[in-house]
Amino acid sequence: MSSIVRGLRGFTAFVKGIMGADAFERYLEHHEASGHSGPAMTEREFWRDRMDRQDSNPQGRCC
Amino acid sequence: MGRPADEQPALAVMERDPTLPAPAVDDAVREAAERKWTPAKVAVWAAISLLGAVAWFMVALVRGETVNAIWFVFAAVCTYLIGYRFYSKFIERYLLKPNDRRATPAEYKADGKDYVRTDRNVLFGHHFAAIAGAGPLVGPIIAAQMGYLPGTIWIIIGVVLAGAVQDYLVMFFSMRRGGRSLGQMAREELGAIGGTAALIATLLIMIIIVAILALVVVNALGESPWGVFSVGMTIPIALFMGVYLRFIRPGKVMEVSIIGFVLLMAAIVGGGAVASTEWGAAFFHLDKVTIAWGIIVYGFIAAILPVWLLLAPRDYLSTFMKIGVIVMLAVAIIVVRPEITVPAFSEFAGKDNGPVFSGALFPFLFVTIACGALSGFHALISSGTTPKLIEKERQTRFIGYGGMLMESFVAIMALVAAISIDRGIYFAMNAPVALTGGTVETAAAWVNSLGLSGVNITPADLAQTATNVGEPSIVSRTGGAPTLAVGLAHIMQQFIGGTSMMAFWYHFAIMFEALFILTAVDAGTRVARFMLQDSIGNFIPKFKEASWRPGAWLCTAVMVGAWGAVLLMGVTDPLGGINTLFPLFGIANQLLAAIALAVCMAIAAKRGSFKYLWIVAVPLAFVAVVTVTASLQKIFSPVPAVGYFANNAAFAKALADGKSSFGTAKTVEAMEAVVRNTMVQGVLSVIFVTLSVIVIIAALIATAKAFKQGGGHDHEDEPRPSRVFAPAGLFPTKAEKELQAEWNSLPAGQRTERPAHH
Repeated sequence: MSSIVRGLRGFTAFVKGIMGADAFERYLEHHEASGHSGPAMTEREFWRDRMDRQDSNPQGRCC
Repeated sequence: MGRPADEQPALAVMERDPTLPAPAVDDAVREAAERKWTPAKVAVWAAISLLGAVAWFMVALVRGETVNAIWFVFAAVCTYLIGYRFYSKFIERYLLKPNDRRATPAEYKADGKDYVRTDRNVLFGHHFAAIAGAGPLVGPIIAAQMGYLPGTIWIIIGVVLAGAVQDYLVMFFSMRRGGRSLGQMAREELGAIGGTAALIATLLIMIIIVAILALVVVNALGESPWGVFSVGMTIPIALFMGVYLRFIRPGKVMEVSIIGFVLLMAAIVGGGAVASTEWGAAFFHLDKVTIAWGIIVYGFIAAILPVWLLLAPRDYLSTFMKIGVIVMLAVAIIVVRPEITVPAFSEFAGKDNGPVFSGALFPFLFVTIACGALSGFHALISSGTTPKLIEKERQTRFIGYGGMLMESFVAIMALVAAISIDRGIYFAMNAPVALTGGTVETAAAWVNSLGLSGVNITPADLAQTATNVGEPSIVSRTGGAPTLAVGLAHIMQQFIGGTSMMAFWYHFAIMFEALFILTAVDAGTRVARFMLQDSIGNFIPKFKEASWRPGAWLCTAVMVGAWGAVLLMGVTDPLGGINTLFPLFGIANQLLAAIALAVCMAIAAKRGSFKYLWIVAVPLAFVAVVTVTASLQKIFSPVPAVGYFANNAAFAKALADGKSSFGTAKTVEAMEAVVRNTMVQGVLSVIFVTLSVIVIIAALIATAKAFKQGGGHDHEDEPRPSRVFAPAGLFPTKAEKELQAEWNSLPAGQRTERPAHH
């Protein structure tokens, strides 16, 4: 049973990764590991910043 | 930054951190494991080869009444496995020589935002979602005019030897350069002339590709109230999702994607209800020109709106749908296993005047199927975004080469879906109105007059199919998307729901294709706008400021105007838009591939890998011959159906002779439109081929120079020692597992942070 739960969790995490839904968690990990120079952005700030940076750094989507 | 490439990267600075386990499996251990053939390993690969051989035999050589679709799946998957295990490994070992002791940009430039080490399996999915869109769903369908076999061979063999090679090489070289874009690499490697030509070619090619993708959507939605309603609803749904993510629950991407998906399904079901009412049918029944203008206006607004409001949420929705649709299609084909009645080579395989696209099998089949076999556009994705996320150098084989194999598989599934429908219906749907006459009676009469073996359709068949999929008509629904939708509905209804669900599946297919394409249109316009701003910025520096509104708006308007003009030209073309323009799309995409491969060849030569240069040179030569031949035929062919200028001259002469109707153009205005369109298409062909030839020659010169000097100056980033470890492929090897265990036993504080998923 626990292996099924673990499998499902793994799958959800995989899909979340592909969608980029875990970007904030990864940012926090990096912030934690890199000997932070200031407080980390809050979740709201992070997503705002992420979207706003895409405004000037568009990513292509293929045909 | 650069150093002579023939010397191994300065190993002194690559010293390993003594407090950490090794950042890579020992080369000798890895080599020994790779070269050791246990009986079990031999048995597995013998079984794969045997199954692949049987499948190819069934698909290519057995001439029964029908062939089961499952053989296409086996032929494809077995060939991919062999190509991946043996050919990509060969490229890795002899040409690219990745070094896992060397840090990737995601490690040495880590910023937690753009440069983030990402789990290889997640990145595989992420990269795949970025490269796969509507392209592999459209080209194979149009190419099915020639029969199934030419397309099948090109998709499967082409990807192994060309498409996946291009993606892999570009990704690897860009990774070694800190994630630089194709354009930047071209400028560095080929000099000012080659680099500028590559930049202009890329910009023009993006305009053409966006225009023709938009044309596919217009053709799918024209005179389809249901389609217009449900696709139109994606805009408010995306806006809602954008607001939700920005203000209500920031960062809850999965949650909002699921809400968006439910709303999307509601929009499809609701579209059926709306289209069946009198007001709905009247209000959403739009002609193609109106829809084209709608997309142009939409494209401009979408490109100047902030990303969070429209583009980002639609991208989430599109990715979500992409994963779901592809899994669904694969499961359905494996479960239903449709019988294919289409011949391996159709009556049009040996001719150059097919109704769906004109031109002979060589070279036009190889440009009609671009995405899925070899797609130059991927070079733009494989450089830039993905290389900034790669954790270890060896993973590029899995992500770059493997990701493209996956797209090829999507193309094979699209081909299977298209050829599982009746051939008579296929031609009635894909021939221009000028030939079918636009009504079920005239279309059936025209199809039957083609003299295709085993084809005998009645007007009632066509009317029944239209009713089943909930459309007023399916005659001359060109562009590939509606055919795929009918094929998918045909397969899915045998899987879930029966005939009564066909209309839902049809509109579900139209919806996801439109979603992919509109996302590509938005993103393409934005990327092209930045490229234009950057280029103008070299002369007027103010333009380089991304936040300077007038500059951004002006460049957006120029880009939208350019693709919009080509789109309108396609929509109003008396000769039937798609069949004259689609070759231009393929040629553009393949020329971009030629440019990417040319840059890769120059880089490989500068690294001193002359013995294995053929790995790049063979696909480059093939794609160069195909696209240059196709372009020259489009420019110089005396056959009006093939040559743009021959057609131009024929219509111009008819006008000069005072005729008021010529060929399929029934009025003087239509004739004038043909003269105008063929001139534009012809001139574009000339510009494309000229620019690409310049780039290829620049690359050949750079290669020859490197050959003379036994190598050259490379532009790789300085090597830095890696302080992390991760396995290279989907399944970790024994040695990788052992090393991973060593890393896992490190005290948490000593470990460098790990990617999100393990």
